[in-house]
Amino acid sequence: MVPQIGTNAGRGAARTGVQWSRTDEAMWKVRAMTATPAETTTVTPTEEAAQPTPAPADAWAGFRGGLWRDAIAVRDFVQSNYAPYEGDASFLTGPTERTTKVWNKLLAMFPEEIARGIHDVDVSTPSRIDAFAPGWIDPDLDLIVGLQTDAPLKRAIMPNGGWRMVEGALNAYGYEADPAVREIYTKFRKTHNDGVFDAYTPEIRACRSSGIITGLPDAYGRGRIIGDYRRVALYGVDRLIVAKRADKSALEVEWPSAEVIQEREEVAEQIRALEELKAMALSYGHDISGPARTGREAVQWLYFAYLAAVKEQNGAAMSIGRIDAFLDIYLQRDIERGLLTETEAQELIDDFVIKLRIVRFLRTPEYNELYSGDPTWVTWSMAGLGEDGRPLVTRTTFRALNTLYNLGPAPEPNLTVFWSPRLPEAFKSFAAQVAIDTSALQFESDDLMRPKYGDDTAIACCVSAMAMGKQMQFFGARVNVAKALLYAINGGRDEVSGKPVVEGFEPITDEYLDYDTVLARYDAMLGWLAKTYVHALNVIHYMHDKYAYERLEMALHDREILRTMACGIAGLSVAADSLSAIRHARVKVVRDETGLAVDYVVEGDYPAYGNNDDRADELARWIVHEFMEKVRRHPTYRDAVHTQSVLTITSNVVYGKKTGHTPDGRRAGAPFAPGANPMNGRDEHGYIASALSVAKLPYDDAEDGISLTNTITPDALGRAPEERVANLSGVLDGYMASGGFHMNVNVLDKATLEDAMEHPEMYPQLTIRVSGYAVNFIRLTREQQLDVINRTFHGSL
Amino acid sequence: MTTLLPPAPTTPAPGGGACAAATTPATPAAAATRRPVVGSVHSWDLSTGVDGPGTRFVTFLSGCPLTCLYCHNPDTWRMRDGKRTTADDVVAEAGKYTRFIAAAGGGATVSGGEPLLQPVFTGELLHRFKHELGLHTALDTSGFLGVRATDALLRDTDLVLLDIKSWDRATYRKVTGRPLDPTLDFARRLADLGKAVHVRFVLVPGLTDAPDNIAGVAAFAASLGNVSRVDVLPFHKLGEAKWQALGRPFGLHDTPCPTPEQVTSARGVFEAHGLYAV
Repeated sequence: MVPQIGTNAGRGAARTGVQWSRTDEAMWKVRAMTATPAETTTVTPTEEAAQPTPAPADAWAGFRGGLWRDAIAVRDFVQSNYAPYEGDASFLTGPTERTTKVWNKLLAMFPEEIARGIHDVDVSTPSRIDAFAPGWIDPDLDLIVGLQTDAPLKRAIMPNGGWRMVEGALNAYGYEADPAVREIYTKFRKTHNDGVFDAYTPEIRACRSSGIITGLPDAYGRGRIIGDYRRVALYGVDRLIVAKRADKSALEVEWPSAEVIQEREEVAEQIRALEELKAMALSYGHDISGPARTGREAVQWLYFAYLAAVKEQNGAAMSIGRIDAFLDIYLQRDIERGLLTETEAQELIDDFVIKLRIVRFLRTPEYNELYSGDPTWVTWSMAGLGEDGRPLVTRTTFRALNTLYNLGPAPEPNLTVFWSPRLPEAFKSFAAQVAIDTSALQFESDDLMRPKYGDDTAIACCVSAMAMGKQMQFFGARVNVAKALLYAINGGRDEVSGKPVVEGFEPITDEYLDYDTVLARYDAMLGWLAKTYVHALNVIHYMHDKYAYERLEMALHDREILRTMACGIAGLSVAADSLSAIRHARVKVVRDETGLAVDYVVEGDYPAYGNNDDRADELARWIVHEFMEKVRRHPTYRDAVHTQSVLTITSNVVYGKKTGHTPDGRRAGAPFAPGANPMNGRDEHGYIASALSVAKLPYDDAEDGISLTNTITPDALGRAPEERVANLSGVLDGYMASGGFHMNVNVLDKATLEDAMEHPEMYPQLTIRVSGYAVNFIRLTREQQLDVINRTFHGSL
Repeated sequence: MTTLLPPAPTTPAPGGGACAAATTPATPAAAATRRPVVGSVHSWDLSTGVDGPGTRFVTFLSGCPLTCLYCHNPDTWRMRDGKRTTADDVVAEAGKYTRFIAAAGGGATVSGGEPLLQPVFTGELLHRFKHELGLHTALDTSGFLGVRATDALLRDTDLVLLDIKSWDRATYRKVTGRPLDPTLDFARRLADLGKAVHVRFVLVPGLTDAPDNIAGVAAFAASLGNVSRVDVLPFHKLGEAKWQALGRPFGLHDTPCPTPEQVTSARGVFEAHGLYAV
């Protein structure tokens, strides 16, 4: 182990950084994940005297607690200062005239943006934190200022991820690339995408093109890293730079192994990014070198930090973290001082949310086909309980949900409620009410996450939990475990193209599939797939760190962080049902003239996953557990801890398209069920039986999350509106108490969606939850719209 | 691990306890025969807010003496079409949901078909749902076979969902093919026992929506004193496909569904009699 050098002599505190060591075994880290992450990282520099430390006395007036004053420890600040709110929603206020005016201005711009694909793009300015002149929605009305470019909805190019993606997207939307920029990124400046393809193997390329591994972040930003943007508001940028310099000093006395050199360079880049953040804020007239002094400044400072991240990175998911209790401390302090009214507090949150709603990235139409609806995953995690049992529900938690009324429903920010049966009843009712009214919320089990990651945990993207500022992930998209089963049957030949993709496997030649034979071959095929997959991810993340490092986001992390290698699987229900059909019914194979198995005839019935029937559910559990075990066998880049998700987002449609007939009776090309959902129509006993099948999937083997999407008609929650609220709240309690991790809740009539397909202009804000996030329904492709409509609607009859 | 734990056995110790359950000789049928109690079951389902309060495990039994014109489950009419199922199997299935229901609020409902066409099986299920699984129990019935419900069965029933399909006798017979009086007698017996009752009334334009008919049901329900809720259920045709599948003509094909105003108006009649109507 590398010795830790005493950079904290002045304060006499032992280094209290995160308690896992980068050099220990990965399994040790897994155990460490189950402990509460340590709260602080000591930041006191040796050269403190040389640094002009802003005087925080005024900014911190009235705040309690001490630990957070001496170290970067936002959780400690929150726990020492927040006021749980157990009341109801009656204090909330509606939108101000100003808010409505600003939002309407944007609403008027959306139809044209949807029609054209993008509103506008600056083709000549590769984005940086300090690129672009300041932009406003309305310079006279904006309360919280800052845009990604110099105009609302105008997108920027971020070529570090890959030039081809940029040029492809520009051409798709009718723009020409700037020749000078093209020359830079094809001749002088290598991109992440170039690096990855230098190091990919032919095997990985074959997997990519056959679609058994899809969505890899090898041509775009990986995302799923949450900067602790609160740090900028609480400490000001200068203090953070001081802390990073101390980190750098500590690294300078370590022997320069490749890892140490890499880290030194990264910290240097982080410091540079923080300087750029200050400059960007200054261009809007705000000096954020010191801490925020008011509620408005706290929102603004935090937003600037987030804005810097989305100016620098076109990440697949750019989540904003657990920020409600933090912001509440500032807003309530101002209200108590008489500096702010409730209406003004709500107005700040509304304006902040407006900004989060118009985060935009330039992506190709193919990308949007995979992750439909132009998503950014500005996931805002909220509520939950503290480790001391106090609810982390504040008035600002209510205010955040209230934006869905004040501005109307919207997919972003991706409002994510950390649910526990022990949350205050008034909050549970309000959240259930909002879900019923807007279909824009997702719920995740606080009781599953808190013991693993602590109570300052946030969700990145849809279901990926991480401790704020102490943990990040290497996003790994997902493999198609249904297609892997077909590969096991066909000895590695692709059932669609007929091409050999995997070497060294013999096809099964039986007329009827034998369960034990298939299981043994499938097990081996999953082993091969896991190895190839981790191989690809190691290449991807090595290159991403090298060519598209998240300077600003990582500047808002501790020096020592826990990294996870976030693998994922798609097609779980298809694979589980196929195994069940092979085991419990008879499955006859149809082969073409080359011996390729191209279809299956199911004779008899089989128990399907989604009916709370162990005969099928055990098979789904087996796949999740076994694939995780196989992934764990392969060492990861930077010793990241292996995790996996059961999540598809909307790529279930594309995965299905690329997969032939399957032994469960599913037809070639038919969409998979989303996430961990059972297959459409096979869950025969209602959404609760279906949900309890999903709840059986082991979270310990899917720590990157297990996604379930339920679409329920209003009638199926009860006959009277007030009953529906209590019943939905009860269903969430029941699901989480049964070990369920995540539930998207749509409360919608099928007729509404069908009408929206025909008359999109009537439903500009119709929002629907898909796997792990929400989308604006009318932004989906027709194919995706039909998939949503054809999914099981759980009604009452 | 997230598998459900088996429910803790709550069967009272032999000879102990003063509650009715402990002194009732186990479940009537099982004790008498020592053989598994078997019934004809159409299906089971989990539902929320429509088969009694909260989230409930609902067992739909096969067989019904009525032939309601608007029935949305005509596939439950014939007992021989159901699946022969032991009470053990049904209780085991319900047992998978006790943890969920305990957290969510709710219980178990025996519905149909007409559950009182199989009173022994129904009694067994209610008894075991209540005493083995600790669930709130509801019986969803037309009341036509109310005489078949023993006092023991009703003791194991926390709530009766009583479908009063009409007040006018001729209309009742037209809708159901059977007389009204057994249902009214059963309703009065439940009132005498102080049993909690939710009345259900299906509003069918041109069939059950005559003002006197609604007012009659309302006045009767209000007179009982134990009716805590009335569900005015708007007629719908979502079950029509089932009639077609069974080769039966759906007599209400041309009947319109009630408008929201008509439903609100019918609810108003019940509310005017001091009842809580939804």
